[in-house]
Amino acid sequence: MLVSEKNALTIEIEDLTKSFGDQRESLLPILQEIQLKHGHISDFAQQEIARLLDIHPVEVYGVVTFYSFLSTEPKGRLIVRLCQTITCDLAGKEAIANTLEKELQIKFGETTPDKKFTLEYCNCIGMCDQGPAMLINEQVFTKLTPSKVIEILKKFN
Amino acid sequence: MPILNKLVIFDENNIEDSLKKAISSEPQDVVMEIRESGLKGRGGAGFPTGTKWLLARSAHADKKFVVCNADEGEPGTFKDRILLDEYTKLVFEGMVIAGYAIGAQKGFLYLRGEYRYLFDKLTKYLEQMRKENRLGNNILGSNYSFDIEIRLGSGAYVCGEESALIESLEGHRGEARNRPPYPVNTGYLGYPTIVNNVETFAVAHIIVAKGAEWYSKYGTSKSTGTKLLSISGDCKKPGVYEVPFGTTISDILKLVEAENTKAVQVGGASGFCIPKAEFDRTVAFEDVSTGGSVIIFNETRDMLQVLENFMEFFVEESCGQCTPCRIGNVKLLEGLMKIRNNDCSLSYIHELVDLGRSMQIASKCGLGQSSPNPFISIMEHFENEIFSQR
Repeated sequence: MLVSEKNALTIEIEDLTKSFGDQRESLLPILQEIQLKHGHISDFAQQEIARLLDIHPVEVYGVVTFYSFLSTEPKGRLIVRLCQTITCDLAGKEAIANTLEKELQIKFGETTPDKKFTLEYCNCIGMCDQGPAMLINEQVFTKLTPSKVIEILKKFN
Repeated sequence: MPILNKLVIFDENNIEDSLKKAISSEPQDVVMEIRESGLKGRGGAGFPTGTKWLLARSAHADKKFVVCNADEGEPGTFKDRILLDEYTKLVFEGMVIAGYAIGAQKGFLYLRGEYRYLFDKLTKYLEQMRKENRLGNNILGSNYSFDIEIRLGSGAYVCGEESALIESLEGHRGEARNRPPYPVNTGYLGYPTIVNNVETFAVAHIIVAKGAEWYSKYGTSKSTGTKLLSISGDCKKPGVYEVPFGTTISDILKLVEAENTKAVQVGGASGFCIPKAEFDRTVAFEDVSTGGSVIIFNETRDMLQVLENFMEFFVEESCGQCTPCRIGNVKLLEGLMKIRNNDCSLSYIHELVDLGRSMQIASKCGLGQSSPNPFISIMEHFENEIFSQR
């Protein structure tokens, strides 16, 4: 990481601690903003957040690794999360999973080489009446079929 | 998608003056109205709401908090999504009313990360409430001030447990606390805090408008009122339905036009599996209790696959803090994989059922205490079917 990038990140985190406050309760909102903007929370970002909130970096690391929507490793700009829980499973999740893997040419848990898509499973997203369902970032897609998946992915290309 | 089969309370449009009515009466009268209605927590645990509010109200502290638990993560549940999306007023005003009743100054809506797409809409609604003086300083010209902040979750099922939710609000890992002390005494930042489900606030709003007596006409004597059910699985008309407590499973199946039903999972992954022979049982706290999830399985479904899916869910979502839940769920899932590989004796499964019963007693929070429920109930009713198919 370049020094100028580091400085920019520090300034960004300082701004976040100004808007959310520099107390411990602000940790999660700050992490969520960094995750949203940078696709992950780097070691350096964790250390800077810890310094500005006056807590140990391990506390920050512990929180980042606890929550499934926060990550220490870079992910794609678009995170595809296919619901794997019971109703979506019964409604035909497997066919959707196969389609996604083939179209994106990656397995679940992987990121495309151009860093565009990350493919993941997630647990119940509350769309059980319209399964199979998936999230792409915060957008929700329901009643999926293989052909619908292809249409959706095209829109993001 | 609206609530299907609106029966009683969510059919009422005449609830405009609920907030005004609450704020112009004494806070303890609001608490008493809720107590008399017999309202119990709609998240599934069924703790009497009036008692919770009364305990928080009588706690001495210079700050108190109201938390709306919108971390709707139970598999098969989506009623809160619809309440937040389409009945926003009921939920937020319900929170203001609760705040007034217990003497709180601030409320949080803990919205699960998966529902982030609702965030902007909800934020706009709060701004509108502030403009209309239904939120903020001196609400509706009274001496009462209250504000609501929306906080997002980040994909952790366990944060639906109230003390884990509070930990998360405080910026920690979502690990449940020892209880007691309960949040009504020692909650957010150590201050008295009530944590209620989205539906509970919406219903409380309606009770204030229409009165406890009117409300308690519906339902059974131990479970007053109605319940929103999120119904999914093998049926023609999945969706959110409002039914009075005391409705039988078979009536629910007729409502959603389910055919050839083998079993119904009531209460989500942490709930119980009800086989066909027991479809005359009723949805009520004293019989089959649920936070709203109803999942229907028809004759073609393999109950082993269903159970594997539930146990995979718990293995992933266990926070790992206490041993019975962290190890126990893995052992239960391994047993199922042994069955799948035709490498498991029935007596070993019975041992695992015993392990499940130990987990119900020994786990620290609701997650581990209820995660063996589907294992125990599906094995109780379907072990012969599961074993004879392999």
